[in-house]
Amino acid sequence: MRTQPRSPRQVHLGAHFPGVNQTTVWRDPRAGSQTDPSSFEHLARTAERGFMDFFFLAEGLRLREQRGRIYDLDVVGRPDTLTVLNSLAAVTTHLGLAGTINATFNEAAEVARQFASLDHLSGGRAAWNVVTSSDAFTGENFRRGGYLAHADRYVRAREVLDVAREFWDSWGPDALVADPVSGVFVRDVHEVEHHGPQFDVRGPGLLPRSPQGHPVLFQAGDSDGGRDFGAAYADAIFTMHGTLEAGQRFTADLRARAVRHGRAGEDLRILPGASFVLGDTEAEARENAREVRFQQVGPEQAVAFLEQAWGRDLTGFDPEGPLPAQEPDLTSTIVQGRARSVQDRAETVRQWRELAAAHGWSARELVVEVSGRQQFVGTPDQVAAEIDAYVQADACDGFILVPHLTPTGLDEFVDRVVPLLQERGVYRTEYTGTTLREHLGLRHPHDTARRTDAHPARHPARHPARHTA
Amino acid sequence: MPSRPPAALRWAVELDGAGRHPAAWRLPGARPEELFTAAHWRRLAATVDAADVDLLVVPDAYRLQSAAERDQRGRLDAVAVAAHLAPLTRRPGLVPVVTTTHTEPFHTQKAIATLDLTSRGRAGWQVEVSTTAQEADLFGRKAAAPAEELWREAAETVDVARRLWDSWEDDAVVRDVATGRYVDRDKLHHVDFSGEFFAVKGPSITPRSPQGQPLVVVPVRDQPSLELAVAQADVARLETADAGQAAGWAAALPTATVLLDVEVLLRRDAAEAADVAAQLDAWSPGPPPRSVRHVGTPESFLDLLTALPAGVDGVAVVPLDLPVTLDLLASDVLPRVTRPVVHGTTLRERFGLPRPVSRYVEEVSA
Repeated sequence: MRTQPRSPRQVHLGAHFPGVNQTTVWRDPRAGSQTDPSSFEHLARTAERGFMDFFFLAEGLRLREQRGRIYDLDVVGRPDTLTVLNSLAAVTTHLGLAGTINATFNEAAEVARQFASLDHLSGGRAAWNVVTSSDAFTGENFRRGGYLAHADRYVRAREVLDVAREFWDSWGPDALVADPVSGVFVRDVHEVEHHGPQFDVRGPGLLPRSPQGHPVLFQAGDSDGGRDFGAAYADAIFTMHGTLEAGQRFTADLRARAVRHGRAGEDLRILPGASFVLGDTEAEARENAREVRFQQVGPEQAVAFLEQAWGRDLTGFDPEGPLPAQEPDLTSTIVQGRARSVQDRAETVRQWRELAAAHGWSARELVVEVSGRQQFVGTPDQVAAEIDAYVQADACDGFILVPHLTPTGLDEFVDRVVPLLQERGVYRTEYTGTTLREHLGLRHPHDTARRTDAHPARHPARHPARHTA
Repeated sequence: MPSRPPAALRWAVELDGAGRHPAAWRLPGARPEELFTAAHWRRLAATVDAADVDLLVVPDAYRLQSAAERDQRGRLDAVAVAAHLAPLTRRPGLVPVVTTTHTEPFHTQKAIATLDLTSRGRAGWQVEVSTTAQEADLFGRKAAAPAEELWREAAETVDVARRLWDSWEDDAVVRDVATGRYVDRDKLHHVDFSGEFFAVKGPSITPRSPQGQPLVVVPVRDQPSLELAVAQADVARLETADAGQAAGWAAALPTATVLLDVEVLLRRDAAEAADVAAQLDAWSPGPPPRSVRHVGTPESFLDLLTALPAGVDGVAVVPLDLPVTLDLLASDVLPRVTRPVVHGTTLRERFGLPRPVSRYVEEVSA
């Protein structure tokens, strides 16, 4: 048995570029461009200055609509994920570059090659957040249309990933010989041959193995199918859960599922998204947080939010007064282009009415309270302590920070919270590796013996079997 | 008909691995072990940037260049390379090849629009098609098709990309605090495209880019590709060694900037250039030249430029080897030709092209 105290678990942090969601405050006079390269560079350089593991960029494939019209109250529009990440690779040196790419509207051969290219050009810093979609609404922008049944989302995603991995491994580890004396440039290139329910493909990978072998894989779906897919395939889980206890339950569940897939629980990095608001005192932080919430939920956003829950056109409704008197129309679906935000609408509306009555809230105040939660509100000391507590309690391995301001929303965190995490001995004071796998403490996918074909997830247990020495 | 002097010429350079010749990686200075690294591309791009070349073309295809183990094989994704070079260069247009046969038009147009954002208005797109069964097998979505059909599909792809590039009017992002509206949705347009090969609803996910319409480059090698060039090309590259054919194609392209492709191997000594070319062919004969091929000195190359076919506005130089030929092009050729004066920083400005207003603007105000 060890006698010295265990060194504390290390905190992992990523930086989410503020985008198309209710968190981003575009009305603030300090809010900058959502598309100018200087915005992406600023956030990436700030994250790198703070020794974060990675920059994270989400994807959009169709503009959201509400009541048949483009939803115009949040940030609208995004650049192409991979193009931005490749440009950022040129102006950063250590920062991981993670991007969401949909497995439904991309083919295995092309997306595998795109991420391998990012991994080569960044020197081993690429990560793919694999998401799925099945809606015909998004499909209208694609030649294949909305072809996928909802139940087949993860069937498709597994097949795309299985084949992507075969493409990443298609060139042997030493395939690139490039020896001018012998005249051999490349040998040991294998053809991928795959026949499955979603597609049949055949052919060689088109480039050498990339520095990380495989890009780091993120998974973000929270359904049972999504969790199982993540536990089987992902290196990191991008999740959303509020309390420490909920985080512990989620993390324990994912680690247990990973073990059932023949992996070690510690093979997974659990990284919830988290917003934060700082202040010099706790009271000031709370006041700042309240201001941010009312910026995020303007009167128009409050009405739009209630329309989603009520399923009704609420044009002319005054959000500074009480909640709508009408009952919700449970048959309508007025929102297209994003996951449903209100699950059981009748029950939700009933609870909201009780809450609003109990507190004397206006409709907008109710929306402020129920539509978003700020994860960390406090002084830098308090926030550092809370982040540390979550990680030490294995509620997660760290957080993907979601600032509400583009592009300066992370500046204060890096200036004021990162040094305190470093003082606590739970956060790096310099990069010790060059690849994202190294930052995250993940194995190289080819480090150990290849998986047996019994497991879909090409991830043998992290620790070698016990030896009787 | 007399050719114009080299002073007026436009220049593109296509950079492919250690050069287009399949054995070029064996030459001294090629650093073949670095061909798939950012360092390789940064070195070449720095030379191109300093030499003030108009277009840097990054080739691509969904197939390996050769089946022989002695030949250089494999490429990074061309959009990825161009995007990587965007913040590292200031001058050249960045023109990745993106094929249209097996990809989604919606993805292609937003990638090029985003390259235009990250390069601050220097993006172009060279259109290519995938003709082989091997490329079709890599996707498994459809069978190989005749060139005529593939270029017709490419024309449809360029058409829908151009519509999507216009689908956000320039001033669509209003950030109107008073009304809470981030965009004026009347300035966003469904393109509602439905053609022979596919349908796309739109609008694009990406706001209108700095150039509005990035430059479209089309390689011309036969009648079907010529037809796409006539319909859509801002810049056409003529892949032919026949001067009469080149002049005929150029005559069909009165509004495009027309570049003659020239595969080039340069050394300061003519005999050395010939020896290197012979050595390369001895190592691997490779495919026959796709265009005019010039093996010689900077001086002999300058001579070639005085005798270009009628109607040709410039050259698309494809070095057979890298970096030596590119370095000589930068040090011994480009400084000796007077270049067109460039006003502005975007690629359209470099080519003297106006920035087009979105096609949907008039529709609304009418």
